[in-house]
Amino acid sequence: MRLAELLAEILNGLQYGLLLFLISSGLTLIFGVMRVINLAHGSLFMIGAYVAYVIAGATGSLWLALPAALLGGALFGAVLERGLFRRFREREHLDQVLLTFALILLFEEARAALLDNQFHSVAVPAALDFSVPVVGDFAYSAYRIAVLGICLFVAALMFMFVERTRLGSAIRAAAENPEMVDLLGIDARRLHTLVFAGGTALAMLAGALAAPLQSVYPGMGDGYLIISFVVVVIGGLGSIAGAFWAALLIGLIDTLGKAYVPQAAGSAVYLLMACVLLWRPSGLFARA
Amino acid sequence: MRSSSWRGNLLLTLAALAIACMPFYASPYHMQLASTAMIAAMFALSLQLLLGGAGMVSLAQAAFFGIGAYSVHFLGRLPGGAPSILLSLPAASLLAGTAALLIGPFALRTRGFFFLMTTLAFGQMLFFVFHDTPLGGGADGVFIQRPALTAFGFGFELTRANRPAVFVLVNLAVLTAMYALLWRLMRTLFGHALLGIRANEHRMSAMGHDVLRLKLAAFVLSGALAGVAGHMAALTDAFVNPELLDWHRSAEALLIVLLGGIGALHGPILGAFAFTLIGELGQSITERQRLVEGLVVLGAVLLLRHGLAGLRWRRAVPT
Repeated sequence: MRLAELLAEILNGLQYGLLLFLISSGLTLIFGVMRVINLAHGSLFMIGAYVAYVIAGATGSLWLALPAALLGGALFGAVLERGLFRRFREREHLDQVLLTFALILLFEEARAALLDNQFHSVAVPAALDFSVPVVGDFAYSAYRIAVLGICLFVAALMFMFVERTRLGSAIRAAAENPEMVDLLGIDARRLHTLVFAGGTALAMLAGALAAPLQSVYPGMGDGYLIISFVVVVIGGLGSIAGAFWAALLIGLIDTLGKAYVPQAAGSAVYLLMACVLLWRPSGLFARA
Repeated sequence: MRSSSWRGNLLLTLAALAIACMPFYASPYHMQLASTAMIAAMFALSLQLLLGGAGMVSLAQAAFFGIGAYSVHFLGRLPGGAPSILLSLPAASLLAGTAALLIGPFALRTRGFFFLMTTLAFGQMLFFVFHDTPLGGGADGVFIQRPALTAFGFGFELTRANRPAVFVLVNLAVLTAMYALLWRLMRTLFGHALLGIRANEHRMSAMGHDVLRLKLAAFVLSGALAGVAGHMAALTDAFVNPELLDWHRSAEALLIVLLGGIGALHGPILGAFAFTLIGELGQSITERQRLVEGLVVLGAVLLLRHGLAGLRWRRAVPT
């Protein structure tokens, strides 16, 4: 009984951590390659969740919403990069912070104008609306298992892409030394569009996946944004592997903390961040 | 940081006089608006020390503001009731400064974007402390007892009728004192060292300055001043809630500084009044306040590179 509860919390923690990875991997790559900090990344997550709410509400199927969030996100990200972020590459941090802060306000306003300010719920797809028996009488939601699987699949695809392809190695090179990529004759601007589009697509996919697991509501991305920053700080800016392990760690600590020591759960991840900052100020997986 | 010219100082003095005379000509509503703008100006001035001084972009500032505000609540719960403002104001800045002193050594291990992210995270940690625990009275906020505005036997007896006028005068006095303090500070060796860090941190360090200690001093002082601003907000509104610590308010303060101009010490004051006015006008035109604010931010970032303080009637003659 106790063991079953613990197992459920661990699975919940892993699944939360993997969602965090989808969000923070984009954040960390966008920073690594473009040197741009995107405070609106949490809003992109929220938009993804609302896309799922609208499409699942209209068609009755979440399976359409997932690719829509992914492709729509890629397109949206490309437009944002071409239209706005490209102009802000050489600007100071403060300008970038305020630009993305303005985007948060405008996205929220657009959401309020197009939809409403209510809490909504999105139904779990009918095909996955059952529980899988795991051990003894302990059963776990099939949709949550599917989310775990999809996130792991996307993470694996991303590792393959970044580590094994030519374009991926260009991205890694750009994250390490942007000037060098220019010298090698790689079109850095196309790389930026690609990375920003990819990051946006992942954040919106995460939002769409999370929609049936929680309520869809205004400002829902805010908490994820802050925690994703903690993930990036712990993992090291620009490091995909760092984001992966840090996201799993944070997901587990946060979920287990909320279950077993609720008084301290809110501050636990920040304390962990403080320790990492003391020990390795540039993150656990940062290179040199 | 450029200090204002004699002409600028004259204009600031005239503006201060105009505000001081508000009780004679302005409505209570407009006096309340002026108080709101002055509190925003104090908050932005505290940030200007970090931003315009040492070039540090912090998103934890609202947490220190909120702690300053909540300290009024804590003092009011002591046996004997709310103390005089002469005690509560230093207490608020001390508490906020202590919080900055606890966070600073961790956050200052990082630079640039990392600093921004860690200050954001630590600021939110403090937000959750007030939001999730019963320490400050819970997530919905609490009405508080105002500190007494008495000193050495003199003072105002607050009534519902004279409140707006009294608050305008008290806020003006604190804002003026804070501006004078920063004006003086930026002329000391410490102020010049901060400007040096903003220009080139490595060079300052190579020249033998203890950069980390200077930055920590600026961070703590800036937190203490934000606490003063928070104290004045609590005094004026007699209400505190966790939203005071929300990072959106830190971003707003950054916007106010940018709007007014990072390069000038009086920039945040201009920015705060402009921001309050724009918000007020926006509210009378449309319900959608975030839309107005978002467009103002976009406009300020895209168009106003040197802020309102950098605007000139004529284009400067190139030398």
